[in-house]
Amino acid sequence: MSEILVKDKEIVVPGEILAKGMDFLPAGGAIREGENIVACRLGLISVDNRLVKVIPLTGRYIPKSGDMIVGEVAEVGLNGWRVEFGWAFQANISLKDGSNDYIERGADLTRYYTHGDLVVGKIVKIAGPKIIDLTMKGPGLRKLGPGRIIEINPQKVPRVIGKAGSMISMIKEHTGCNMIVGQNGRVWLSGTDPKKEALAVEAIRMIEEQSHISGLTDAVKKFLEKEAKK
Amino acid sequence: MNNYTKTVLESGVRFDGRKLDEFKKPIIIELGISKNAEGSAKVTWGETEVAVGIKMNVGTPYPDSPDKGVLITGAELAPMSSPDFETGPPGQQAIELARVVDRGIRESNMIDTKKLCIKEGELVWTVFLDIYILNDSGNLIDAAALAAVAALSNTVFPKLEGNQIKFGEFTKNKLPINLLPITSTAVKIGNKILVDPSLDEEKAIDARITVAVSEKGDIHAMQKGGSVGLTIDEVDQMIDLAIKKSKELRKLIK
Amino acid sequence: MSYTKRPDGRKFDETREIEAKVGIIKRADGSAMFRIGKTIALAAVYGPKELYPAFMQKSTTGILRCYYDMMSFSVTERKRPGPTRRSNEISMVTRDALLPVLDLSKFQNTVVDIFINVIQADAGTRCAGICAAAMALADAGIPMKDLVSSVSVGKVGDKIVVDLDKTEEDYEEGATDLPLAFMPGTGKVTLLQLDGNMSKDEIKKALEMGKKACEGIYKVQKEALKARYKK
Repeated sequence: MSEILVKDKEIVVPGEILAKGMDFLPAGGAIREGENIVACRLGLISVDNRLVKVIPLTGRYIPKSGDMIVGEVAEVGLNGWRVEFGWAFQANISLKDGSNDYIERGADLTRYYTHGDLVVGKIVKIAGPKIIDLTMKGPGLRKLGPGRIIEINPQKVPRVIGKAGSMISMIKEHTGCNMIVGQNGRVWLSGTDPKKEALAVEAIRMIEEQSHISGLTDAVKKFLEKEAKK
Repeated sequence: MNNYTKTVLESGVRFDGRKLDEFKKPIIIELGISKNAEGSAKVTWGETEVAVGIKMNVGTPYPDSPDKGVLITGAELAPMSSPDFETGPPGQQAIELARVVDRGIRESNMIDTKKLCIKEGELVWTVFLDIYILNDSGNLIDAAALAAVAALSNTVFPKLEGNQIKFGEFTKNKLPINLLPITSTAVKIGNKILVDPSLDEEKAIDARITVAVSEKGDIHAMQKGGSVGLTIDEVDQMIDLAIKKSKELRKLIK
Repeated sequence: MSYTKRPDGRKFDETREIEAKVGIIKRADGSAMFRIGKTIALAAVYGPKELYPAFMQKSTTGILRCYYDMMSFSVTERKRPGPTRRSNEISMVTRDALLPVLDLSKFQNTVVDIFINVIQADAGTRCAGICAAAMALADAGIPMKDLVSSVSVGKVGDKIVVDLDKTEEDYEEGATDLPLAFMPGTGKVTLLQLDGNMSKDEIKKALEMGKKACEGIYKVQKEALKARYKK
């Protein structure tokens, strides 16, 4: 006989038995141990028919193909660039992925990106644990201008972005800041007024801390409106 | 990023919205964090946390001060407290931290070391002051010094039998304290002078000046850090700011 | 003479008061405090991150490093800062106590570091360190199939007891210390040491008592992890 032992959206810890019997299947953050489905991450339960998974609440960013990330150029080589983006190993931008323009071998690569530049790129291929390829070709992928980098819990990125980008648009609208949220938990933020920038940072921190409450968008809106009147 | 910190600061606004002369909040001193220490304190300063413990023992005095007790200060930038710290023996930053904190205490004669003499030339008290950084979110020197002074001013002697310490047994006699030095730092980033840098700001620091100041306003120790030169006027301004802010810290310790 | 009463009045199978808190070190990827009686341990986890030197890297899995230490003032006689033979050994058995629950296979070539520091010691510090470390690993989002709960059991005089404090460890008619760790889910032992003198039957009994005590400890760890994210 199969039974589920947890409720949807419940917080579970590693090792907690989520379901007994073979009728349920483990998905991300859960594993099968004999008859049981067991959590292997600290996170929130999501039950979808027979599928039981744990959505992590915490943890470093793990690179995934297709992710848009915010990074910093760490090294300019002969055949491309190395980018630090919060993972254990740097990503690589090859000459062909460096720009929409054709880059000739032997060209001065610092003209495109140089040490310390902030970039938003997309992971195109992970060929091995230490071989991560990044591209700069695609809509929105580019070198970022001067701005702040805010590190957030990568698991909270979807909340900061909001449904169809609603949360981020709202913060942009209220603060006049430009913002790019990388899947790697790095937010680039740049505005004309440092006070508004600080306000945008506060709003992001608020989302990060209260990500689990419902009606968060309204709460953030109220906060921004209240601060605007000050 | 560092440049951006400066650009924003030029407009007089800090990343976290504080005023230039405003400390992070909260600043909390917690006493008695280890019952096995003769004195101990933890300072929470914004998100920075520092633990200081005092252990006492007896030993021979230094030949040049046969009637005085000995103070030995150490610091560990524990790798627990920051991704930037490594395991292994204390590096230059840890040693500077320990020495700056030590100088404030030593040179102000905070501890009445003559009262730590048991038998001149033979036996004196040794005070071991150990600093452990638990979380580094900036401004470690000021936080560590505050914790050190708090721990010392709440230190009691252990029991002594003959020439031996009864480990784990304490008397009610407090460590003799003359005065409380407060160590306070002002930093210069670009054209701005400010206190209590955040981590972002620390990466952009051009110069810093730390002073250890008594209640009367005497300066007992100073340390300039950072790789940019300062005009005499700037030095003057930075010392003024550090002294002004030391008064706020002094209120916390009394 | 029979050992009839524990100095703090506890039952023989009773642990001291336990407190746990998760997320105490802001800069760490995961962190926790675990207090049992007057013993307090902190743990912080950093990683997965790049492992230096590169030749230490394993292409099949990430590795775990563990550093246990005591603050100089955590004990009655000052401990010189820095690692000792004792702390090195404890670091190793702590790592071995935690490894069975971890899955670092997806973090090839990386390292996960655990730093454990004891602020106040009153016996059972390695066990408190393991309890804190297990919570810190979960808080760091490291994939684990279980937690690890740890307690010291042993014999004081003629009685088998759970969670010896320092007074009991120093009992003049003799005390045996048997630090243990369990994976609560499977009930398997991941740490086992003994200092002293016990018969095999006594050890069996002590293991059972330790397992039961760890069930209680596990509940506290679990609640602390959940409390961090509930609010």
